[in-house]
Amino acid sequence: MRALLLLLVLCASLAPASAETLITSLSNHRVLITSNYTGTSIAVFGAIERDAQTVSRATAYDAVVTVRGPSQYLVVREKEQVGPVWINQEQQKFPIAPAYLGVLTSRPVDEITSPQLRQRQKIGLRAIIDSPEFTNTREGADRPFRDALYRLKEQEGLYLQDERGVTFLTPSIFRASIPLPATAPPGNYDVEVALLADTVILARTITHFELVKTGFEQQVGDVARDWSAFYGLATALVAVFFGWSANLIFRRD
Amino acid sequence: MPVSVLLILGMGAAVGFISGLFGIGGGFLMTPLLIFLGIPPAVAVATQSAQIVASSTTSSLNALRRNALDLKLGAILVAGGFIGSVLGVWFFAAARRAGQLELVIVISYVTLFTVVGSLMLKESIREFWTKRKGGSVRLRRRAGEHAPYLGWPLRVRFHRSKLYASVLPILGLALFVGFAGALLGIGGGFIMVPALLYIFRVPTTVVVGTSQFQIVCTTLVALILHAVANQAVDIVLAILLIVGGVFGAQFGSRAGRYLRAELFRFLLALLLLAVGLRFAMELVVHPDEPFSITVQESRV
Repeated sequence: MRALLLLLVLCASLAPASAETLITSLSNHRVLITSNYTGTSIAVFGAIERDAQTVSRATAYDAVVTVRGPSQYLVVREKEQVGPVWINQEQQKFPIAPAYLGVLTSRPVDEITSPQLRQRQKIGLRAIIDSPEFTNTREGADRPFRDALYRLKEQEGLYLQDERGVTFLTPSIFRASIPLPATAPPGNYDVEVALLADTVILARTITHFELVKTGFEQQVGDVARDWSAFYGLATALVAVFFGWSANLIFRRD
Repeated sequence: MPVSVLLILGMGAAVGFISGLFGIGGGFLMTPLLIFLGIPPAVAVATQSAQIVASSTTSSLNALRRNALDLKLGAILVAGGFIGSVLGVWFFAAARRAGQLELVIVISYVTLFTVVGSLMLKESIREFWTKRKGGSVRLRRRAGEHAPYLGWPLRVRFHRSKLYASVLPILGLALFVGFAGALLGIGGGFIMVPALLYIFRVPTTVVVGTSQFQIVCTTLVALILHAVANQAVDIVLAILLIVGGVFGAQFGSRAGRYLRAELFRFLLALLLLAVGLRFAMELVVHPDEPFSITVQESRV
């Protein structure tokens, strides 16, 4: 029974690939951001093409847009009470966590697909965060750390899920707007669009855009990272210079 | 980290005022304030060292012009301070990797401030008391009276400081101050000055200048090391702090002339205790969010 179901799912996910083609496009492949920026957004457009043999479906299409920012090695730590004080104790590592993760869907994810497919195909924010390979293995509780990662990242506006983020303009054309907060880090972003109907994935595309920060603050940050000794010396010189000028200006004798 | 420019300038000026008032660096106030404001402790400590460099440059130059500075003693202090700074920055980086930097900083502040604060409070209350009874509390050096550790090997004569003592305890003191300074983002003048005054009996005229000279040199090294090893120095924040501090200090030192010395020390002691207590609260109070995220590595 199980094998049959699997086979069915397999057929369903393979066969329609020839029937429906998904074409997606981003409004921009390079987002330039200046330091005094308050966040921006980038649009995704998608069109579904059906070849002549395929009959039109009874149910409407669904689209899931998943945006992943550059990956980071994150450590989530939990404070626990030891005697009278609170100290970081337990920790969980997330070696390949995306710095930004946005999931935009045309309907709530649990209405679009089955929980199994969601887990396996990583549809929806929770499915990505809960996937086993997202963390290093460790003993003890694992769930609270995943929850904490989601909660903290959500507060920063870096992890988000929008159940009405994808709008179908016509039954076969949709658009979505990916919000990028000011704190989104520079780097390469992957935009994965999955087309579904009847809880089954019909087609998938991947496109990319690059987020580039420009402006004074970013340049200073680059120098601090790449030329740290020079940066330290420059800061020291600035400090000494200010101290020396204060001495000249406010001379008391 | 979006923080209001005016707020930072204002805080710089307020702390500068206090530091001018008491004739101390002000790092011990500014770093905690920055941390309470929500700036990561690593950035607060590293950046504040730039402000300390600026303010102690000003006072060292003043001392140099008034010839109120013992260069020989200063050089020994700087040597010890360098070693302390290097150790401090290394320890800072190690604690940061282990995820316990915040804890180390907070506990050090609590300990240092409650100890130094209570000592100063005790001293100032006693002073106040004897003064009311009409006694004199001036520090006097009696001939032949020496603490035993001053007679350790490697004795050196410091003419300006009227001191003939072993360099080992002096190096030890400087090492400790350098270490604490690099770790906590303070100059350490409030440890160095009383230590030189009470332990080594260095004359008041050269104590402040010499201590400031040591602070400039040590903190310069700490600042550069922090930039290289921890990349936690924020030059924009540093400039704001420096500019605010420079002006505040001028008004503070003017206002300071109208304040009586023992009242001074009493207020400073209260201030230290208050900051120490505030940090202790940080440790004991149940955190709203027990979880925190640290980025260990970013791939672009």
